[in-house]
Amino acid sequence: MTDPNQKQSDDHWLVRPTTIRNIWIAGICVLLLTLLAGFFIPTKGYFGIDDWPGFGAVFGFLCCLLMVLFAKALGFVLKRDEDYYGADDRD
Amino acid sequence: MKIITGQMIVIEMLSPALILIAAAILIPLSNDRMKPLIVMAAPLLTLAAIWQIEDGVQGSILFLDYYMLEPVEGSPLRRLFATVFAIMVFFGGLFAYRIASWHELSAAFVYAAGAIGVCFAGDLITLFLYWELMAIFSTVIVWCGGTPGARDAGIRYAIMHLLGGVILKVGIEGIVVSTGSIQIQPMLATDFSTWMILIGILINAAAPPVSAWLSDAYPESSVSGSVFLSAFTTKTAVLALLLLFPGEPILIGVGLYMIMHGIIFALLENDARRILAYSIVNQVGFMVCAVGIGTQMALNGAAAHAFAHIIYKALLFMCAGVVLYRTGKSRCTDLGGLYRTMPFTTICAIIGALSISSFPLTSGFTTKTMISQAAIDEGYMAVYFLLTAASAGVFLHAGIKFPWFVFFQKDSGLRPKDASFNMKLAMAGCAAICILIGVFPQMLYGLLPYDVDYVAYYPAKVVFYLQLLLFSGLAFFILLPLMQRTLTISLDTDWVWRHGGRLLANGLNTVVERFTAVKNRLATKTIKTLSYLSDRYLGQPHKADSEERSVFARSWTIGTTALWISGLLSAYVLAYYL
Repeated sequence: MTDPNQKQSDDHWLVRPTTIRNIWIAGICVLLLTLLAGFFIPTKGYFGIDDWPGFGAVFGFLCCLLMVLFAKALGFVLKRDEDYYGADDRD
Repeated sequence: MKIITGQMIVIEMLSPALILIAAAILIPLSNDRMKPLIVMAAPLLTLAAIWQIEDGVQGSILFLDYYMLEPVEGSPLRRLFATVFAIMVFFGGLFAYRIASWHELSAAFVYAAGAIGVCFAGDLITLFLYWELMAIFSTVIVWCGGTPGARDAGIRYAIMHLLGGVILKVGIEGIVVSTGSIQIQPMLATDFSTWMILIGILINAAAPPVSAWLSDAYPESSVSGSVFLSAFTTKTAVLALLLLFPGEPILIGVGLYMIMHGIIFALLENDARRILAYSIVNQVGFMVCAVGIGTQMALNGAAAHAFAHIIYKALLFMCAGVVLYRTGKSRCTDLGGLYRTMPFTTICAIIGALSISSFPLTSGFTTKTMISQAAIDEGYMAVYFLLTAASAGVFLHAGIKFPWFVFFQKDSGLRPKDASFNMKLAMAGCAAICILIGVFPQMLYGLLPYDVDYVAYYPAKVVFYLQLLLFSGLAFFILLPLMQRTLTISLDTDWVWRHGGRLLANGLNTVVERFTAVKNRLATKTIKTLSYLSDRYLGQPHKADSEERSVFARSWTIGTTALWISGLLSAYVLAYYL
């Protein structure tokens, strides 16, 4: 149901290279701010190993890295063609 | 409390579910003007009825001269689940009434009635009846997808749920035989019957190893069907676990497995609605784990998270539904760049995605973190760190991946219209609730089964979660090249019954064929040997000359015969005198 009257607006402000660069800069600033905040607001650790500033950031990043890599590795074993269970009826 | 033995039924004993059943009967009979009215009014009436129910058993009916049926029993926990189910019927109906067929709407209402009936079921028999009502009518909703794929998935879905129902029934029978009581009361999985009940419930909760029924069936349903399906079955199972198995330790492990299974498979998935289906498994895992921890904080957390989850998951399925409705596509590889023409849906999807990721100021932050707090309180370090890792993973697979691949990433060239007015209303309502619970968590905490002694917002926690989630986001964009979508599906455990079953059947067929071949060969050989032996010793065809016949079939001369007879007679006489 594409609307043919609408112009193919590839110059949408969100996809301009300058905007994307600005978003990256703003994003990295926000990341640094949250890290910085960890130094001013004492981190509340519960199990000893998690009471240093920036634990959340490191833990979150590493966990995501591990999950993506694990999923990728599992994908080599589990991924199949879409028609694996018989012909696909969609579009 | 009233005990009824005759035909008399007191109004308090009528479940609010009956309102929805009545509405489901009226929907096909109504015209286009009346239909929206019924679809809107029935859930509101149900909601009003739910809040009329007082705590405790509202009356009993003697059944088979022995069992006390308690069709309606109130408690804060039961009311909480019934409330969110009724809210969901309202928003689901508002979303669906213009695009869904009457049979899908009717089925959805009976399905929801089953869920609300389970909420107030005071005994195991009533619970089972409403449980099966859900199984039957949710299957109808899967079938309403209308494609051959939906038909097949519906049959697999029905088999799985009827099997689960049978297992649950076996457990209930066992409990009745061993205790003589059909009361719903907390138990632990200690013997055969309680294990059967637990397994029956866990099948509905999409626990391993059968969680694949969910990711198999839900994405095959219609645009509106998946909104209804996402709400009721698994969360009713969570309620049943809360009522029957609070503190059952095995649930911690089951829940953690579900959490990780959901994340990993959602990461591999290409279909947007299947990503959301896997994230149901993941989110229900949080609740199952909380039920396993079993403290008041954990049970509150499970109930609160179920409430929040139903709303934001419905919101996410509505967004994916609108995209499917407008473009006819749900694969990430076909989508992208839709924010240009669907800004409203994009914003709603982002709110839903932030809520599921437990971002501060959204509902997930105030509910899911209660479960983590419960793990901390009990000193379960591994559980806590796995839950925290999973929170990061949820942001990865649902929080960013879903909106990114559907609404941003590349420009797919698609310029679909945004959602229609009624759809927008439903989505705005759900999004508002997500934020409301996130900003004013006390509103939800007041409804929870136990007193809440939990501060949702304090600086250290907010900073911790911001770090956790934002750096997960960074990981997503850094690892984006590793996550490019491919036109593939991933094998889940449903392989066992979709393909494994066929392999087994083929294997058995081969074995049987081989066996038959060997048997036939042996039979032929035996017949040949026997006929040779009979030819050799017993006889030959009549036309053959006497000389050629076998020894017992030959014609003998009269003399020889007389000799034999006299010999035999003498032997007989001799034997007689001896």
